Parts: sequence; structure tokens; C-alpha cells
Amino acid sequence: MSPVPCRILSVKQELQDTYTLEIEPPRDDWSFLPGQYTMLYAFGIGEVPISISGDPSDPTKIVQTIRAVGAVTDALVGLKQGDFVGVRGPFGTDWDTSVAEGRDVLIIAGGVGLAPLRPVVFDVLNHRDRYANVTLMYGSRSPGELLFASQISEWRGRFDLEVLVTVDHGDDAWRGPVGVVTSLIGRSSFDGETALAYVCGPEVMMRFTIQALERKGLTNDRLYVSMERNMKCGIGLCGHCQLERFFVCKDGPVMTCAQMAESCWIREV
Amino acid sequence: MSEVFDVVRDQPFFAGMTEEQIRAVAETARLVSFDEGGVIFVEGGPARRAYLILDGDVALSLRTQEHGAKTIQTLHRGDFVGWSWMYPPYRWSFDANVQSEVTAVQFDGPQLKKISLADPELGYELLKRFTEVIVTRMQALRIQLLDVYSTFR
Repeated sequence: MSPVPCRILSVKQELQDTYTLEIEPPRDDWSFLPGQYTMLYAFGIGEVPISISGDPSDPTKIVQTIRAVGAVTDALVGLKQGDFVGVRGPFGTDWDTSVAEGRDVLIIAGGVGLAPLRPVVFDVLNHRDRYANVTLMYGSRSPGELLFASQISEWRGRFDLEVLVTVDHGDDAWRGPVGVVTSLIGRSSFDGETALAYVCGPEVMMRFTIQALERKGLTNDRLYVSMERNMKCGIGLCGHCQLERFFVCKDGPVMTCAQMAESCWIREV
Repeated sequence: MSEVFDVVRDQPFFAGMTEEQIRAVAETARLVSFDEGGVIFVEGGPARRAYLILDGDVALSLRTQEHGAKTIQTLHRGDFVGWSWMYPPYRWSFDANVQSEVTAVQFDGPQLKKISLADPELGYELLKRFTEVIVTRMQALRIQLLDVYSTFR
């Protein structure tokens, strides 16, 4: 399965080191499910898995948000409109939103973990009548590092979506909450006996979030997380991303804590 | 008294305590409010009270010569503010500033200690709840210290 060269439609700088690329899909019938990722190939440099951060109802472009943290991602964010990037996918499991129908929905993101969860927000808002209370909780390092800040402001203006944002470290202009994202859980009203949560962020943040949600009555079959491992092939062959009995590239990245069982607590392999 | 009792009884913080215990706790309490921009207590001041926020937002901050006042954490509806009244030297460790108008139940710290000593079962129930608050805040601060978002991609 070779990368298909795809044209970059636009590049937007989100944060100092984070950019969103809009890419022409490799084929007319291209589509994806919230939570899936593609392998993006910077020609001659390398290939990395990147979550899709766009609206699943819009198949005309692949939207991917990339943080520059190494050689490949540095190259990807350096691309310009009209350049080409290699695309494979979409791969992996999705945030199954059908199971959330009729329930309170908690979408909990930390840092750039909001990018893989943004398609869930789009999807839920596109079919808002299917869900009970919907809450987005987002934690960031500082006010200047809030991803999709203008979109968050827009979402805050809606009456059918509760948006709670906190930062680890405020600044002089910040008037909102200061503290970790788990501190927002107590501020949201939801039915812990039936609610469903989608969680994405650094693993330590997800572990503490899971514990906080369990204290509120959520069971592990209603806790969805997105795992990050060293994904290479995307189809469960190479074994780079193996986590116990799972290949995260194929069996994940999105899994329930019930599937993961104790694997949630195994130190990174 | 009965209004305070009703409010205290309805707080999740006291869930599981007997009516008699809640009544004893409520006798140490009164309802208070603080305007936006106000100060509930300041670092170094004598710590004799605890507050359970009913509504509004409170910022705990520390002042340094280099950075001025720096907010460490914000507290909101249902959160407890202040436990320095429990331990010597009975002085506040932070400033507590009112971010948005606050209504709260104010407890008299020395009175809480007095009823806890008189009724160790009640004291244990209170200590369990305060300890949970302290542990949760400590865990949160540990995650903050890790700066987990700095390298997350």
C-alpha cells in the first residue's frame, strides 16, 4: 500500500508549532470516521500517523492538525499550498458515536488531543438531536496554547453545547479556570450512570481523567480513549505499535477502557 | 440557622453524614457573599475559616517579586476553600481572590475542631472529606508540575 501523492489545499498556523493542513483527498469516494488517522509521507524524509481533525460530513478535503516535534512533522508543517504530501488511509478505529445516542456525552481533551476529538464535536453537533447533554472539556498548558481557539469561542456561543476550558498556567489576561482538565469534571452536570466519555490527551492525563470519571459512576465500557504508540504500517503487520495483544494502529487508536482492561496501566512499551 | 442547615445538608460534600452531624456542622456556619474583585483572605493572614463555594469563582494566587500575583488554581461551585485553620501556624498560604461574585457557606475553623474533638466520629467524617479534597488537589498539582502538554503530540 503506497502513499498517494495529494495536493495541499491550504496551510493554517494554529499555534507556534502546530499547523492544520487541508489536503485534497486521494480519491472521489474518500471518507473517514471520527478518530481515524492517516499516514502522511513527507517525500524523502518519512511517514507519520496524524489524526484527522476535520468534519466527517465534508469529504472534499482531509483536514489534519500537526504539531512539529521531529524531522517528519517539521517537514510536513513546512509544506505550502500546492505542494504534495503522500497519504495512506484512513486507518484505525473510530469514536463510535452511535453508542452515545440518547446519553449525556463528555468530550474531554488535553493539549493537541483536541485535534482527534474535533471530528466527534462536529459529528455530534451535526446530529445534535440524537444526544442528551453534550459537554466539551478542554485543558491546555496556557491561554496562548489553546488549539482551535476561535472555534471554541464559536462553540461557546451555542446553547446546546457546554464548553469548559481550563489552563495549567494562566496569564494576566486569563479570567477563566486554572487547573488540570480533571478539575472540570465536577463542574459539568451529567448522569454518571449512563453518560459516555471520549478522552484524548497525554496518557497520564487520560489515566487521571479515567479515575475521575469512574468516581462519577462511569463504567469502563463507556470510557473511550485514543492511544498513541509508534505506528508505522497502519495495518497491523509490522508490530511497532504492539501493546500487549493489541496493534494500536489497527485495533486502535480508539478503544474502550473495557477493551484495554489493565493495559491502560502498563507503562509505555 | 435552619436556612444554613438546609444549604449545608444539600451539599454533596456532606453526603453520607447523619442529620445530627450535619446540624452540628451547620451550627458553626453562616452564609456569606463576596463581590467580584474582592478578597476572601490573603497570604500570611490568620486562618480561622473555611468556605464551601455555592456559586462563583475564586482564584488562589501567590505573589512573587518577579511575577506579581500568579494564579495557581481556580475553585468553583462545590469546591472547598481553605484548610489552613486545621494546622499550625494557622495562617493562609495563598491569596484567595474573587473572580466572579461568590456566595459561600463560611465555617468557623476553631468551632469545627471543637465539635470534632467532642465527637470523634463526626471528626473522622469531616477529616475523611477534607483529606479527599487535599489528595485530589495534590494529584492535580502533580499533573500540573509534569507539564504534560509540553511534549505531547
